[in-house]
Amino acid sequence: MIDTLAHMLGYSFAQNALVAGILVAVVAGLVSRFVVARNMSFAVHALAEVGFTGSTGFILIGLSPVLGLLSGSMLTALFIGTLGLRVRERDAVVGVVMAFGLGLGVLFITLYARYATAVAILFGAITTVSRGDLVLLVAVAVVTLVGLGVMYRPLTFATVDPIVAEARGVPVRLISILFLLILAAAVAEAVQVVGVLLILTLLITPGATAERLTAQPGLATVASVSIALLATVGGILLALVTTVPVSFYVTTIAFVCYLAARFGGPAMERLRGLRAE
Amino acid sequence: MSANGRTRYRGALATGQAPDPEPAMCFDRATLAYGDRVVWSELSMTVPQGEFLAVLGPNGSGKTSLLRALLGLAPLASGSLDVLGRPPQRGNPDIGYVPQHAGFDRDVPLRGRDLVALGIDGHRWGFGRLSRADRDRVEAALEDVAAGSYADAPIGRLSGGEQQRLRIAQALVGNPKLLLCDEPLASLDMRYQQEITELIGGWSRDKGGTVVFVTHDVNPVLGFADRVVFVVNGRWAAGRTDEVLTSETMSGLYDAPVEVLRVKGRIVVVGEGSGAGFDIDEPHHFPEPAGAHQ
Repeated sequence: MIDTLAHMLGYSFAQNALVAGILVAVVAGLVSRFVVARNMSFAVHALAEVGFTGSTGFILIGLSPVLGLLSGSMLTALFIGTLGLRVRERDAVVGVVMAFGLGLGVLFITLYARYATAVAILFGAITTVSRGDLVLLVAVAVVTLVGLGVMYRPLTFATVDPIVAEARGVPVRLISILFLLILAAAVAEAVQVVGVLLILTLLITPGATAERLTAQPGLATVASVSIALLATVGGILLALVTTVPVSFYVTTIAFVCYLAARFGGPAMERLRGLRAE
Repeated sequence: MSANGRTRYRGALATGQAPDPEPAMCFDRATLAYGDRVVWSELSMTVPQGEFLAVLGPNGSGKTSLLRALLGLAPLASGSLDVLGRPPQRGNPDIGYVPQHAGFDRDVPLRGRDLVALGIDGHRWGFGRLSRADRDRVEAALEDVAAGSYADAPIGRLSGGEQQRLRIAQALVGNPKLLLCDEPLASLDMRYQQEITELIGGWSRDKGGTVVFVTHDVNPVLGFADRVVFVVNGRWAAGRTDEVLTSETMSGLYDAPVEVLRVKGRIVVVGEGSGAGFDIDEPHHFPEPAGAHQ
């Protein structure tokens, strides 16, 4: 099995997949912390599904599906950002936009009539990432990471304590819109690995797992990125030596991490409590 | 020698020299409106530094809007407002803010000390790490509110009173001159209400800081309030507690007969008609104005 892996890693498609996977995992792990804290799972789903529409639309007119995905999710982010900033409003706007977006997607697939492509976007196809796509993914990841780095503190403040953050002069509204754009980019990245339908495994599970492990915000962020890396890299390596798709392994590893944290976390707390007594 | 200007100022007060003339806030015929709806109009009031101002009135009367005006988040429709000698400015580092206790989610990955640290650098861009001096300031702020023992616990697992103590530490860690508190006692039980009021009032007394304390019940702050402003139906009355909370002033404000009773050191405001009696332990002491339920 190790031999097979070493052999597979000699191929450029496998190397591309790993590089892309690592980038995606770092972005997704970071973003996931805020997605969970800001209750944005539904928005993530909408960004991914309208991204799917963008992707199929771009294929139809002969352009890069990755670029189409990015355009679709960015446009959706802007839409949600300008129309629905209040939480109650947001869910409704997200639902409305997502439904229409998917409708367009149906049209595009029908016109294009190549279901294999659609399946790749829906369930992920990291091993088909080309050099050109890889460059685009790297560029998007760098922009996303820089953006997150710049707004890390005010984003944290606005996320955990929005009322006081606003009182202290944090531009809470602007931060909401900027974060949606960063999220759209992260979604476009993560779709490459796990696909539109399994997007939450990289954008929710790592952050949700990290919350169970520690109350220290910095450590939680490190844990979230580590879990995303473990699931993605582990998933790609396992897929290289078997015939099962990457997405299955990624979702499984992420889920096992969550279960371990969910049930192992309280047990550890109890153990620590016993020792302290 | 003190690096803190306020400490020197208090020294000057004690030796009888002229105090700093710059008031903590000065409203001059200030009107606040959201669209066509006037929240309060022609408000004129000056509060010197070091005073404790209680902002009273029924729900929806614009008490929180008054804080938002001071924070530079709600621009006036007309008139003027100066805060510490300058027009209101967003993110003014001289202002600390304590919100209503809303309760953190049980699982939010945040400790008390992280919340307090956000009070120092949460508004700054970038990643950043607290300097040694800043970490010492966080530690000192935690000690000032006696929250050291639970500063490392997940904040969502703490009681309402403990969370409010941490919020006070967060507001005071930046060493503000003016502390704005928006219903900090709401949904706390009596014991915590007293503790929190004493922390805030004590800070004002000891450090010479100015407090604006929004509350729907004046009783917990009676011992500290130098001055009150009562807002209702766009009208207002400001002055010393015993000037404003009288049957005559309140009846004028409500434009209806209102009795102000003093019972066992507590103040109860009772409206007539519509069966509006207000129980002493019921937090909503102030009658809703006529026409508030449209």
